Amino acid sequence: MKTLEEIQKIREEKRKELDLRVNTKSDTREKHILVCHGTGCTSSDSPKILETFRKIIKEKNIENVRVIKTGCFGLCAKGPIVIIRPEDTFYAMVKPSDCEEIIQKHIIEGEVVTRLLCKDIDGKKAQSLDELSFYKKQKRIALKNCGVIDPENIDEYIAFDGYKALEKVLKEMTPEEVIDVISKSGLRGRGGAGFPTGKKWELTKANEADQKYVVCNADEGDPGAFMDRSILEGDPHSVLEAMMIAAYCIGANKGCIYVRAEYPIAVKRFQIAIDQAKEYGIVGKNIFNSGFDFDIEIRLGAGAFVCGEETALLESIEGKRGQPRVKPPYPAAAGLWGKPTLINNVETYANVTRIILNGAEWYLSIGTEKSKGTKVFALGGNVNNIGLVEVPMGTTLREIVYDIGGGIPNNREFKAAQTGGPSGGCIPKQYLDTPIDYESLKEIGSMMGSGGMIIMDDTKCMVNLSKFYLEFTVSESCGKCTPCRIGTKRMLEILEKLCNGKGEEADIEKLEILAQNIIKSSVCGLGQTAPNPVISTLKYFRDEFIEHAVDKNCRTKECKAISKIEIYPEKCKSCGLCQKVCPVNAIQGEAREKRAINQEKCIKCGTCLASCPFKAIG
Amino acid sequence: MEDKKKECKCKDKFLDELFKTYLPIKDNLIQMLNEIQEHYGYVPMDVQQQLSEFLNMPMAEIYGVVTFYSRFSLKPKGKYSISVCLGTACYVKGAQKIMDRLQERLKINEGETTEDGKYSIEAQRCVGACGLAPVFTINGKVYGKATVKMLDQVLDELDAEN
Repeated sequence: MKTLEEIQKIREEKRKELDLRVNTKSDTREKHILVCHGTGCTSSDSPKILETFRKIIKEKNIENVRVIKTGCFGLCAKGPIVIIRPEDTFYAMVKPSDCEEIIQKHIIEGEVVTRLLCKDIDGKKAQSLDELSFYKKQKRIALKNCGVIDPENIDEYIAFDGYKALEKVLKEMTPEEVIDVISKSGLRGRGGAGFPTGKKWELTKANEADQKYVVCNADEGDPGAFMDRSILEGDPHSVLEAMMIAAYCIGANKGCIYVRAEYPIAVKRFQIAIDQAKEYGIVGKNIFNSGFDFDIEIRLGAGAFVCGEETALLESIEGKRGQPRVKPPYPAAAGLWGKPTLINNVETYANVTRIILNGAEWYLSIGTEKSKGTKVFALGGNVNNIGLVEVPMGTTLREIVYDIGGGIPNNREFKAAQTGGPSGGCIPKQYLDTPIDYESLKEIGSMMGSGGMIIMDDTKCMVNLSKFYLEFTVSESCGKCTPCRIGTKRMLEILEKLCNGKGEEADIEKLEILAQNIIKSSVCGLGQTAPNPVISTLKYFRDEFIEHAVDKNCRTKECKAISKIEIYPEKCKSCGLCQKVCPVNAIQGEAREKRAINQEKCIKCGTCLASCPFKAIG
Repeated sequence: MEDKKKECKCKDKFLDELFKTYLPIKDNLIQMLNEIQEHYGYVPMDVQQQLSEFLNMPMAEIYGVVTFYSRFSLKPKGKYSISVCLGTACYVKGAQKIMDRLQERLKINEGETTEDGKYSIEAQRCVGACGLAPVFTINGKVYGKATVKMLDQVLDELDAEN
């Protein structure tokens, strides 16, 4: 148990000690080696890097150096990442065998290990994090602490204004005042639909009951999205603190966070956060002597996309099959165990403490007219800088893809960006300059979604992509309502026909009719949005659908049944690269000879297509 | 039959512990199933029966939950459980090729286990390591920036093992 004064003391002392994390001009003699422990970097050996650093430091008896594990730095494509503060040197793709050199050269001799610096888009090596164009257009609010603090150490969170917002709320503000600030800030649900957060809190508060609940939706099911996971892994306390603020506002004293079981690191760190907060008396009875009690538990999901839908999520918490309920009543009136329940997404919560501390006006100054603040995107697919980015609302797609993302690899052309996952749509080239916010994305047939953003180059077939998403929805449809269960299956069958060269032009019309019917008659958001990937690709890439149906041809060669891969002799420069990458040795030709493909051996995998620097294969 | 069930119960320390940790209320079902799946690698039928007694709920309801969630499986997994991520980021980067090769080489389909019980294949939706796409995992260890060649190499090594 800690008193408010003790917490304030930790805050001041730790803040001084950790100044070098955020201040490159800090005059300390200490150095902090930060090793990214997000999922991407952990998968590629960062725990071993951390261990090796600690071992060397111990062996060499070096003083004033600390090695810290942090959450995600964002630039996952260049992982594992090591950052040395205060100078902010950014080392990319570090291997455990590089640790010795970093310690010797950087820490002891004070020289930068140029070899490990990260190459920027212009080919130059960036000396520090700030120099990287990946970070220049970003603004970190929800991710503020990710990559700065050790997520498993509550003191470090407290040092950067942690639990200050909770203190302010409990000591100085009434629930009405807090809700007013959140409403005024214009914060909208970051789970995808964009419902005003303040309004949701107000509605749940207005429903009288003997028991209410706050729930955090961390069932990030969109394949290709990892924003919520990164926040939970890098800054779990910020979500916990915001849930407590929400609980105070609506009059709840019990919370529950529903996390995917596929996220073991996030679950572990959140559990540590809860335990530490309990130890400090921040979670428990009579918090900060205010009379407010709060308790929270973690519930694990078990791999069902539909559980991201709020009522299905509640069913799942109650231990049942995750099938959505018919709304109304909304969870604000009858949610968990039939009691009024507030459900917000991880990223929404992560914004709350910053808004309380900095005020609604500050938040209002960021973003566009109707969408305030920032949005975190998981940028993936055919883009150079794959990773986690947080940008102010209103940033254009072009800025994200080219300035932050570093463009498309292998000099390919941008074809489309997919946002909103299986519920969203594709944004084609002509809308690259659209400012990204809730309204404008909806206008062009996509949606904000939870934040997955997959970039596709011109080697991707849009009919095949629609098929991919429909396969997903068909397997994830819970089966409760007929339009979704059977309708999506029928759509998938048509798309399969098209990809196999057995379709006809009338199928395209059938797809459209089915899509409209499913949207109009499904029970929950999953079904109502399931046809979106097809509708938007049909809108912008109709000619590809017609090509599949009428000409029985797939221009990208992705649909193997209707495509043959050939090498154009007039373009082939005899480099032999295709021969090297071919997994089945189907490419023939001696050195300095033009190559040719043995059609009998070829499995049409397309590896050679992507490898050819002269676009001589098609 | 009755005897056998009893025998199972007292033989299995894990279940004993599990039934001590959780209160016999229905909403604990998914949490308990998660632990069972983790421990056995699948959810055996007789364990479902014992759960049904413990939680005092019909076996059908438990079976309904087990078959609803993709994390729970009714069949044992192989010694090496290989999952290929088929999330969008991996898919765009060619994960399907990895999956195709794996099925071709092990001669089993997604969701199946080889006859000798050594390998099983699963499709996974996003492990969240999109920066390393495409990825596959073997017993939880992530292999990033995967290629068909790399998969073959890893499998060669595992094949050589006795």
